[in-house]
Amino acid sequence: MTQTTLKLSGLEPLIVTTESNFVNIGERTNVTGSRVFLKMIQENRYEDALSVALEQVRGGAQVLDVNMDEAMIDGKAAMTRFLHLIASEPEIARIPIMIDSSRWEIIEAGLQCLQGKGIVNSISLKEGEDEFIRKAKLIKRYGAAVVVMAFDEQGQADSLERRIEICKRSYELLTEQAHFPPGDIIFDPNIFPVATGMDEHRRNALDFFNAARWIRENLTDAHVSGGVSNVSFSFRGNNKVREAMHSAFLYHAIKNGMDMGIVNPTMLEIYDEIDPVLLKKVEDVLLNRTEDATEELLAFAETVKGDTSKKVETNEWMNAPVEERLKYALVKGVLDFLEENVEECRRKYARPIEVIEGPLMDGMNVVGDLFGSGKMFLPQVVKSARVMKKAVAILQPYIEAEKNEKTAAAGKILMATVKGDVHDIGKNIVSVVLGCNNYEVIDLGVMVPTEEIIQKSVEYNVDVIGLSGLITPSLDEMVSVADALQKSNLSVPLMIGGATTSKVHTAVKIEQHYPNGTTVHVLDASRAVTVVESLLGSKREDFVSKLNEEYDKIRFHHENKKSAKTLLSYDEALKNKLKIDWENEVIPVPNRLGIECFTDFPLEKLKNYIDWTPFFMTWELYGKFPAILNDEVVGDQAKHLYEDAQLMLDKLIAEKWIKARAVFGIFPANSIDDTTEIYDPQTSLVLAESYSLRQQTQKTAGQPNLSLADFIAPKGTKRDYIGCFAVTTGVGLDEKVLEFEEEHDDYSSIMLKSLADRLAEAFAEYLHEYVRKEYWGYATDEKLENEDLIKEKYIGIRPAPGYPACPDHREKLTIFKLLNAYKNTGIQLTETLAMHPTAAVSGWYFASPHAKYFGLGKIDESQIKADAARRRVNPEETEKWLRPNIF
Amino acid sequence: MIKELLKERILVLDGAMGTMIQRYTLTEEDFRKGWFENHHKPLKGNNDLLSLTRPDIIKEIHAAYLEAGADIIETNTFSGTTIAQEDYGLAFAVDDINYLGAKIAREVADEYTKKTPDKPRFVAGSIGPTNRTASLSPDVNDPGFRAITFEELRAAYYQQTDGLVRGGADILLVETVFDTLNAKAALFAIDQYFEEKGIKLPVMVSGTITDQSGRTLTGQTTEAFLISVQHMDLLSIGLNCALGAKMMQPYLKTLSQHAPFAVSAHPNAGLPNEFGRYDETPEIMEKQIEDYLKDNIINIIGGCCGTTPEHIKAIADLVKNYEPRKLSTEY
Repeated sequence: MTQTTLKLSGLEPLIVTTESNFVNIGERTNVTGSRVFLKMIQENRYEDALSVALEQVRGGAQVLDVNMDEAMIDGKAAMTRFLHLIASEPEIARIPIMIDSSRWEIIEAGLQCLQGKGIVNSISLKEGEDEFIRKAKLIKRYGAAVVVMAFDEQGQADSLERRIEICKRSYELLTEQAHFPPGDIIFDPNIFPVATGMDEHRRNALDFFNAARWIRENLTDAHVSGGVSNVSFSFRGNNKVREAMHSAFLYHAIKNGMDMGIVNPTMLEIYDEIDPVLLKKVEDVLLNRTEDATEELLAFAETVKGDTSKKVETNEWMNAPVEERLKYALVKGVLDFLEENVEECRRKYARPIEVIEGPLMDGMNVVGDLFGSGKMFLPQVVKSARVMKKAVAILQPYIEAEKNEKTAAAGKILMATVKGDVHDIGKNIVSVVLGCNNYEVIDLGVMVPTEEIIQKSVEYNVDVIGLSGLITPSLDEMVSVADALQKSNLSVPLMIGGATTSKVHTAVKIEQHYPNGTTVHVLDASRAVTVVESLLGSKREDFVSKLNEEYDKIRFHHENKKSAKTLLSYDEALKNKLKIDWENEVIPVPNRLGIECFTDFPLEKLKNYIDWTPFFMTWELYGKFPAILNDEVVGDQAKHLYEDAQLMLDKLIAEKWIKARAVFGIFPANSIDDTTEIYDPQTSLVLAESYSLRQQTQKTAGQPNLSLADFIAPKGTKRDYIGCFAVTTGVGLDEKVLEFEEEHDDYSSIMLKSLADRLAEAFAEYLHEYVRKEYWGYATDEKLENEDLIKEKYIGIRPAPGYPACPDHREKLTIFKLLNAYKNTGIQLTETLAMHPTAAVSGWYFASPHAKYFGLGKIDESQIKADAARRRVNPEETEKWLRPNIF
Repeated sequence: MIKELLKERILVLDGAMGTMIQRYTLTEEDFRKGWFENHHKPLKGNNDLLSLTRPDIIKEIHAAYLEAGADIIETNTFSGTTIAQEDYGLAFAVDDINYLGAKIAREVADEYTKKTPDKPRFVAGSIGPTNRTASLSPDVNDPGFRAITFEELRAAYYQQTDGLVRGGADILLVETVFDTLNAKAALFAIDQYFEEKGIKLPVMVSGTITDQSGRTLTGQTTEAFLISVQHMDLLSIGLNCALGAKMMQPYLKTLSQHAPFAVSAHPNAGLPNEFGRYDETPEIMEKQIEDYLKDNIINIIGGCCGTTPEHIKAIADLVKNYEPRKLSTEY
């Protein structure tokens, strides 16, 4: 059977026909061509080597050339290992591999790793016909295409005639004796350097062009390839000329029939954009058009040597006086030339401390002003803070040497995420913003016990204490801290912040525990500076009395609201449950029961599931994605932030900074009132009980008082099912965050954490879809875009403990037990049941079409008692966990 | 000869071996009798051994499928490699498994050919994927690790090929391919065997698309899979197992569009239910297969897991009314 088309494959096909565009072969995974890559292989840094491959694929390579020919490494082992690793990276393995070696044993080792159809590069008649045919037959048997070098027993073809002679002979031997499909033959008729000054090299490019044309016209279906960068070898170090030569060479080679090749896209000028004077001189050389073409080009090359025109204009700010330069660097958040500028400034000023107090603080004041007036946004401020921190770090040794005490800070602020809570993005942002405004921040980190907060406050004699927390039990912890401050006779002002905190809660629950000091709720990071300034400034009295007035009002309203609302008793609420006709309800049987794990889920699959709107909220940019990118006020900032996020996202995926793990499961289940019994799929014994809570607020006629248990068929009707899951994308996160923090790079550290959070949510979304469509399989026909997923347009819900439908965090214990989640994912639960790593989501799955998200709202002691009874605990225990919901 | 027949009509492959064996409710004893009485490991479930210990049953199953109208029966050798048998400590038995597996099938097929000479019956030597993957690491912490090498697979497949050919198989069927690299090792061994022995038998390759992404377990699209095995001059390329007939159709269509060979399909009787059983009846499957025939995308059709002689009979009766997919003149 004659096959005329070159068909290659990785995980996906690549078909090269006469109509195809030039096939670009990625060349950076080549130890002979890239020192950087060689070093990675020598040092066994295969992860880095893989990211080189990934960059090539993303840069548009359609075939990946892999070469491990280096005397200092075990080429066979390196080829095998690298190809094995590529096979585990779908984004790379997508494209066909070119196994590039001059040693047959390395080629064969490579062929034994390829499930797709790759290319061998290369064989030739160098060692005679028998060896040539033997290898060709084996390559065919392995199912690969082949590159044939224009090389024979006499040596390398260096003229048009020799190129034709060798290619013709090779072609005949391959097709007639080895029965090689002609379409699988690719000739490399040798690209040699031109403009070397030697007369015998004058026709090198021209001969290649003509050989390419001859091959395409005479050797049916064969292809032509080559390594382009060789041609400009004489101009090493002069990229402008080289880039022009490459692109002009390609232009002519492709016209003459070269249809694939090894080209470095970053070393390529756009043909139409080459300076016409340069282009003429280059083409004179390539096409050997004039006697003195080489001399002309060499002379021209001298004039453009070291031309870095592209960079000059963007660095204009470097011409300003050094103080201005530092200000510019701070306001723009650029790290370029920071060291030089700080150093210059240090020499200019009498003492290093003056650099900080002078130009650096001036710059930060500008940043603070711009931020305060809404002209700068949080991501920029964090970038500015990074510049500041690095500048200070550069000066630090000199300051130490002088044995001078530190610059007088505007005030000392202690920051802590309270006991049991591990969420710190918001706290870190506040720390950075305060630091930018010349406050000394003592950051105690996460899960800080009350005693430590008290002790450090005294030890450092702080001016303000800032508490942060995200989960609801942290609200109670904050109350305890306030209590302890009072008992310790302290009067340091207390700031409260974090997602679940509120002005109402602060006023009603926290403030009254701490009459000695002022307690104030801070809505977001941008207000932190103003609040601290007010607390410590001269108008303090005024601020505090206004605050007290405001909080009194809030308490008053709260009391009034409370008495206006009435709750049903728990029994009444239970009677008004959601009525479902279970007799006629069709309950889909899950495809699979029991639990399943993903131990290292590919992060790239989650990219498209990210809901970006909350990401921008973390950075205090408010608006819906993607509209926010074009928002009049924050659009530019959002765009920058989004670009930075994309860059880091790509990097963290390619370099595998973090791992995604998940465990999930589906179990038979039935409900008894608000308790759901969960059964072992094999034995049907009760494995666990899930305790749902029921809305108690008075509903309008016909509206039920909902509980999650309503979505599960009652015991005695039909067998129903419940699922649960725990996912994290935070494995390895802490290490990477620490790396950034050591680099004084808060911007990257906060960015990484916020991305990890988004990925965890994306993972939960992905998993839910997988469960709906396949594992449980009740929605096999579902076709939703990410937009629809975000809007929760699917059937079934995945409520998470701690969120409105099931505010009780204790449900996590049940989920973790059912899934053996700690062992299967590495997620730990703190004493207040926060998940660590923080980039984690856990919850229940309900498949019923009746299931919907709702908020529990307020409940009263009748339900508290009932819950305490079924959990066999004191009512106080349940009260503690559900405090924010208690009426 | 079979190539000529394929131009004229759709050929019918048999159905599941395992499903039929289950009907006999065998005991451990049945898997040992006369051959492995004192073997140190339990052998029940190692169905390939029945060609040795209970050839009567295997013959009966082959006969049932031939009676139902199958043109091609598959040997009971799906796990007949040293690699797959090593789990039972029976690597030493693979020569017998393959030789006798092919021989039994040959005898029954010849009997039926004698009865109806106008309908010649063929024996396809079944070559399974083994239980190892050459393209994937079983160790999540070390993606560069492999539990099996190409060379180990090649050697095992070479040995299986030898047994099947000596036993009288007239087709080799590399099936249930979930890792194309395993299949390429099998094809490498077969090609090498043919060259060394100076023979050439028709070779069928049948892959498995594991989910609705349309990819093999190791991530290849259907078309990439075809390209990766197309260097062999195959009798047919096709799909089997995993998905039921209905879900397989789009991928068969892809093969039909691009393959220069015949196209085969032997789907499961639907997807397994929660008890691991397949419950598509012959009628349901017949309907789905009729869609293939209307689409004109098939040359060889049979059944995989869950199918029985009743299914094959329904299919055999059905295909009589339809033209085969057109093959090129060069085929």
